[in-house]
Amino acid sequence: MAQRFQMKTGLGAGSPKLPTLLLFVLLAGPISAGLLGTLLPAFGYLPALGASDPSPDAFRALFSAPGIWTSIALSLGTGLVATALSLGIVILFTAGWSSTRAFDNLRRFLSPLLSVPHAAAAFGLAFLIAPSGFLVRLVSPALSGWERPPDLLILNDPYGLTMTAGLILKEVPFLFLMTVAALTQVNVKSISRAVASLGYGRMRGFLITAAPQVYPQIRLPVLAVLAYSTSVVDVALILGPTTPAPLAPRILVWLSDPDPAMRLKASAGAVLQIAVSALAILIWLGFERLARNWFFRTSRTGRRQASDRVPRFLVLTFVIILVAVTASGFGLLGLWSVARGWWFPDTFPAQLTLATWREALTTGGTTIWTTFVLGAGSAICCAALVIWLLESHTRAGNVPGNRLRQFLFLPLLVPQVSFLFGLQVLFIHAQIDGTLLAVMLAHSVFVLPYVFLALADPWAHQDPRYARIAATLGATNSRIFRKVRLPMLLTPLLVAIAIGFAVSVGQYLPTVLIGSGRVSTVTTESLALAAGGNRSLLGVYAMLQLILPFIVFSLASLIPALVFRNRLGMRPTSTH
Amino acid sequence: MWKQNLAGLLAAFMFGAAGALADSTVPRSWDDITEQAKGQTVYFHAWGGEPRINSYIQWAAGELDKIYGVTVEHVKVAETANVVTQIIAEKSAGRDTNGSVDLVWINGENFNTLKSLRLLAEPGWAQTLPNWQYVDVEGKPTVIKDFTIPTDGQESPWGMAQLVFMHDTRRLPQPPASLSELAEYLAENPGRFSYPQPPEFFGTTFLKQALITLIDDPSKLDRPVNSATFEQDVKPLFDFLDELHPTLWRGGQAFPRNAAHMRQLLGDGEIDIAFSFNPADASSAIENGELPDTVRSFVLRGGTIGNTHFVAIPYNSSAKEGAMLLANFLLSPLAQARKQDPKIWGDPTVLDIAALPAEDRARFDELDLGIATLSPEDLGATLPEPHPTWVSELEKAWAARYGGS
Repeated sequence: MAQRFQMKTGLGAGSPKLPTLLLFVLLAGPISAGLLGTLLPAFGYLPALGASDPSPDAFRALFSAPGIWTSIALSLGTGLVATALSLGIVILFTAGWSSTRAFDNLRRFLSPLLSVPHAAAAFGLAFLIAPSGFLVRLVSPALSGWERPPDLLILNDPYGLTMTAGLILKEVPFLFLMTVAALTQVNVKSISRAVASLGYGRMRGFLITAAPQVYPQIRLPVLAVLAYSTSVVDVALILGPTTPAPLAPRILVWLSDPDPAMRLKASAGAVLQIAVSALAILIWLGFERLARNWFFRTSRTGRRQASDRVPRFLVLTFVIILVAVTASGFGLLGLWSVARGWWFPDTFPAQLTLATWREALTTGGTTIWTTFVLGAGSAICCAALVIWLLESHTRAGNVPGNRLRQFLFLPLLVPQVSFLFGLQVLFIHAQIDGTLLAVMLAHSVFVLPYVFLALADPWAHQDPRYARIAATLGATNSRIFRKVRLPMLLTPLLVAIAIGFAVSVGQYLPTVLIGSGRVSTVTTESLALAAGGNRSLLGVYAMLQLILPFIVFSLASLIPALVFRNRLGMRPTSTH
Repeated sequence: MWKQNLAGLLAAFMFGAAGALADSTVPRSWDDITEQAKGQTVYFHAWGGEPRINSYIQWAAGELDKIYGVTVEHVKVAETANVVTQIIAEKSAGRDTNGSVDLVWINGENFNTLKSLRLLAEPGWAQTLPNWQYVDVEGKPTVIKDFTIPTDGQESPWGMAQLVFMHDTRRLPQPPASLSELAEYLAENPGRFSYPQPPEFFGTTFLKQALITLIDDPSKLDRPVNSATFEQDVKPLFDFLDELHPTLWRGGQAFPRNAAHMRQLLGDGEIDIAFSFNPADASSAIENGELPDTVRSFVLRGGTIGNTHFVAIPYNSSAKEGAMLLANFLLSPLAQARKQDPKIWGDPTVLDIAALPAEDRARFDELDLGIATLSPEDLGATLPEPHPTWVSELEKAWAARYGGS
């Protein structure tokens, strides 16, 4: 009997080697294969299009594209500025307000924003601030005297200012939640009490003591934000400049040109994109050094800055505006989805109708279903892999190392456009492009890191004594897993799946490229509609981008309550 | 009788020489084709950006299933160029049968690319379709010359397009009748017009329209670009644009994304004039609530550019018979009349309505073209598209001047 169990565990989750290898293959496989598939054509090797002699022609064509240097500068500039401002807002806000009620309230507001796709946030912003948008309508014609929308260059401005704002709107919630998670590792309360007793102001005290401990923990997420912002496609398409556009959206335009030579140029562009994002990271590391020196010097001056009311309220105002802009953006998306005949300068629609929703739900049923299958499929598969990995580590008596954590950020650090294009070529050769499975695989590359990050900490913080008690009662490893660990971790597991689902819903580029245009989700559909003139339909699809993750998050909190309805100790507590 | 045989022999020789399908060396009767098509699934790759068009295709798919037992899957593509690259990629991957595309909605540059790379089904099939007899070859020469390129029966016409402008009568009662009047109007009312940024299709179309009006010798446009004289040929166009751009919407620093975006800007009152390639667009948009009912259509003095859009079968399709049935159905008076109905789609027919049998003619006569649609007479002359080589050259020249600032 005992032998049988040993054999079983030996074959099953005994060693973490197999799941680690699988995870490695799942992440590094597509990325390295994709990068290769991009590199070869960039240097003139794409036999599919009759190019087999290595040559630098593609790069020559790339650098002779009009305005290419402006595009590079735009990618670098918008990415660096958006990342720096987002991080600045988050750190200053945390410094000024951590462990206050305002901080907790905002955390509650910002957490759901994490699951909002970038595109939906960008649409909301556009509906709000465009010259024919809600803000101008609010003051027109009574206050402004505008009978017609003013001819102001707000969206798609050549410097990418609006695009930067759109990125900040989405990156602040992400970095904020990463910071909140990091704060639990640092004993902020006692540190701030100590510095306060030395007479430091709240903000300065935090900045010179806690911030240097928090930053290293959020460094990889910050770099991921930087890599993302320098290579973003969907936000750039909606809010970014076009004369010329930043690099990544231009690569996409070249990709869809019928001229085969343009594909080579696009590959060269994808290689250039890696260089641009890498350069941005190098510049950032330079900034880090400068900032470190500055912190070091300023903390030695001993200045106290005991009164910091003004900066504290400034940063609070800023964060409140940010939340208000995002929230009203979503409100507008919702309003547009039921509006009919909403002409400028009417502040509110003349007519409300559910016709657009009805139409979208009947004609777009497949799209919604596809979105759901992709999201649920990739999230559940990734969660299964992560649990396997974590469980096998637990049985081996250790936890996944730091190196694994860093490796998980790989898909978030490599510009999407740079390896997805190569991956598409490979998938075409394998004849699996355009299938749901292929798209699900591509989604998983991005879903896996988030599922792991969401699940690893609750798993590690689990009290090992429960398992020990179960073991002394004679439970086998697998029984402990099924009857003790899994039920106790049901809530974080479902949340992790919900986060994975939301990440999948938000994927634009992997769906478009790997799906060969044949797989459509609510996100690709809304980007396609952004180019169309029907704002109501766009409103519906943008709302669907919000609603689908919301449903899954609701399920994630409902299911444990149902399953454990007669287990007092397992009920989710309100402080959670 | 022997005449038919000769035609058959000739066809057999031609098709055989083209090295196409083995069984195409024997010309098949339409009944054979209908028989072979039964049970096939036709993957119809067609631009999917317009819900109304998608519903129309869905309807056609249902009919085909009912009549012939052929399944039609509408593959909604964002850019037809992607379909072209896909077929090229399949060719290079050696997938010479069982291709993923069975029928593609196409014209112009994309057709020219596929045709010149020999990636289309054997020539002549389009003329063998039973409904070909109704096609208005005389009155609409673009049904056999796609952007000056002879179609050689490698694509079957589906619908007509003509550049049509629209204006909101509340804000602009009397629209300009020519490009120079448009420029004058903009000088007085800056910001009230723009065009999509080339290489967007409509942006390029606007450039072509302007070039046709401004070039010293329009016959040059029937021939491939002569790179020696290109700069000189397009100089009047770019002189015109240099002057126009500062008076455009957003000072020419940002551009509408496409025709639909322009329509939206017109509805918002940001611009006074928008344009479309579908004469019924304004009526359909009013019907949809996308434009106020004060919008009307107009064309320019001297005519506007027009073309035909087609459906083509790639060389490696495995459902050629089913694709031909679909192409033939799309050409039928029933499907064409439904397509022209602005409540459904509003796309003008390629058929010669006058030559139709009485009951089919009635289908067209019954159509209410909508309050903002010009009658065929008011649409005026259709100007032919320039040779496809002009497109990429114009786009490059535009990007070098305005896109890279």
